[in-house]
Amino acid sequence: MKTQNQRAWLFVTPVLLLVAFNALIPMMTVVNYSVQETFGDNLFFWEGLGWFEQILRSERFHAALGRQLFFTVMILIIEVPLGVAIALAMPKKGFWVPFCLVTMALPMLIPWNVVGAMWNIFTLPDIGLLGYFMNHTLGISYDMTQNPVAAWVTIIVMDVWHWTSLVVLLAYAGLVSIPNAYYQAAEIDGASNWAVFRFIQLPKMKTVLTIAVLLRFMDSFNIYTEPFVLTGGGPGNSTTLLSIDLVKIALGQFDLGPAAAMSLIYFAITLFASWLFYTLMTMNDNKS
Amino acid sequence: MAQIKLSNLRHSYSPNPSSDADYALKKIDLTWDDGGAYALLGPSGCGKSTLLNIISGLLVPSEGQILFNDQDVTALPPAKRNIAQVFQFPVIYDTMTVYDNLAFPLRNRGRDEDIVKQRVMAIAEMLEVEDMLTTRAANLSPDNKQKISMGRGLVRQDVNVVMFDEPLTVIDPHLKWKLRSKLKELHLRVKATMIYVTHDQTEALTFADQVVVMQEGEVVQIGTPVELFERPAHTFVGHFIGSPGMNVLPCDVKGGAAFFGGEKVELEGAVQGTGDGAAEIGIRPEFVSISSNGSGVAATVRKVSDIGRHKVVEAVAHDQRVHAILEGEAPNHGDAVKLDFKQTQTRLYKDGWLASTPGGGA
Repeated sequence: MKTQNQRAWLFVTPVLLLVAFNALIPMMTVVNYSVQETFGDNLFFWEGLGWFEQILRSERFHAALGRQLFFTVMILIIEVPLGVAIALAMPKKGFWVPFCLVTMALPMLIPWNVVGAMWNIFTLPDIGLLGYFMNHTLGISYDMTQNPVAAWVTIIVMDVWHWTSLVVLLAYAGLVSIPNAYYQAAEIDGASNWAVFRFIQLPKMKTVLTIAVLLRFMDSFNIYTEPFVLTGGGPGNSTTLLSIDLVKIALGQFDLGPAAAMSLIYFAITLFASWLFYTLMTMNDNKS
Repeated sequence: MAQIKLSNLRHSYSPNPSSDADYALKKIDLTWDDGGAYALLGPSGCGKSTLLNIISGLLVPSEGQILFNDQDVTALPPAKRNIAQVFQFPVIYDTMTVYDNLAFPLRNRGRDEDIVKQRVMAIAEMLEVEDMLTTRAANLSPDNKQKISMGRGLVRQDVNVVMFDEPLTVIDPHLKWKLRSKLKELHLRVKATMIYVTHDQTEALTFADQVVVMQEGEVVQIGTPVELFERPAHTFVGHFIGSPGMNVLPCDVKGGAAFFGGEKVELEGAVQGTGDGAAEIGIRPEFVSISSNGSGVAATVRKVSDIGRHKVVEAVAHDQRVHAILEGEAPNHGDAVKLDFKQTQTRLYKDGWLASTPGGGA
């Protein structure tokens, strides 16, 4: 008879506890709130799936989700090609390599709320470097506290400045791992620069670019700190992204039930989209 | 198709070479005839790949010229030279099918799809890869990937030369033999000049009509496999080709005769040049035998290895190790024997270079 060894539990338990305390238990409290109503005093009433229905039908949620999707799509469209282009332009060996790498990594080392504060000051119309230059030197009216377009441009440029480096570093790692023989063979085969990019560099970067797209999707879809510090969701609600709206409902209005339901819907969307990206991008790998 | 001539070629990877040691290629003058099958043989780091990359145009030599049919191509990039090169590790375009991989060099040069199809099918048939034409190249086994790399080299009909840079490194031993004979067969069919770089003597000797042996950036000898085996021009060639390599025994030259440990050894013929002094006797183990009549060099057997078809005997004579390859009966470990050197195959080397002329002696 096969002996059962129960000692494995000893090794698995710490991980189970860790996952339980940092993910499952907090999440279950959210699930708990999402199906109840409270008027304070720790009194809760059963609400069923009512909050979910309310959120899914709410125009406010639709608008925030639309803004969020627009933001994320813009971020991916700009940062991924730009990151790849910068990685291609970076030197592959020599003195300038460490210089470029460190310069690229610097924005990512700055705390998120500091980035928001920096850009806030940078764009102030009368004293900020950019704001003053736009308004007083170029004569273009630029005030993101008044103009939604200016606010949108600013949060997108800020994110591009902060996070394109991540795509650059990943793409660069993919590029330098390509053996020289591939370039030599392509040269002998008479391939154009475009063909080298299309048939050698892009396929070899695919794995790291999958990771880059996934990370940039998740981070930009869940972004909170930087736009909150920069615009606070304004002017009006024009830059109120999903996370900013969620915090308003949960902590501003103290509507725990709707906020919890919205959190779960938010989480489900992020999870589903990540799964979709990953599946689509790795679909061709096993095809023969 | 072209004759390829390398004239006064020197190459250094350092920008300001000062001594000979700075040169990866020291001075190469070499002509590759149209349609020949050549092997470039030498140990790792001898400059073979450098030479190959200079011919293909991936490297520009520090000095000297490369001529294709008397036309100077030294400054031309690889795409303009019309050459093909197969690398050590298979280079395939992962996202393309096998068919598209083979068609790639033709399509880049704007050939009609009809011609592309005709050439790709012909090459696929030669390499026996017709059944995988629609497969994505990324899913092939390493030997098939290397076959496709070779196919891309052979698909253009008008190439001046096809170069192989140690193409069988990543291939399993039992497939190496197959691919090697495939290459030989391809050479007979396409009749292009082929240069095969390797450090493996078996690969070089089976593939090539002419073998170029290199050492430390210099060409040591060019010849047919038989010439390299029988009359190595340098002790390096003797060592490098053959298993075990040639016996190289220190000797003294006095009045045109060679003395090994004080005993006179009959050479194949007269010694070139005058002057006595230290030199070396070179004789292949295949031509060393155990003397039956009591004459010859006294030696003690130290080791006998039975390697199947014959036995390799290692003996010590005058503190020098001498190998002999014997058929049939062999002495035992510790026996005192007399070694007989076949006179017509006993050569003299001065400073490493062959210094005896054939046809002399009794």
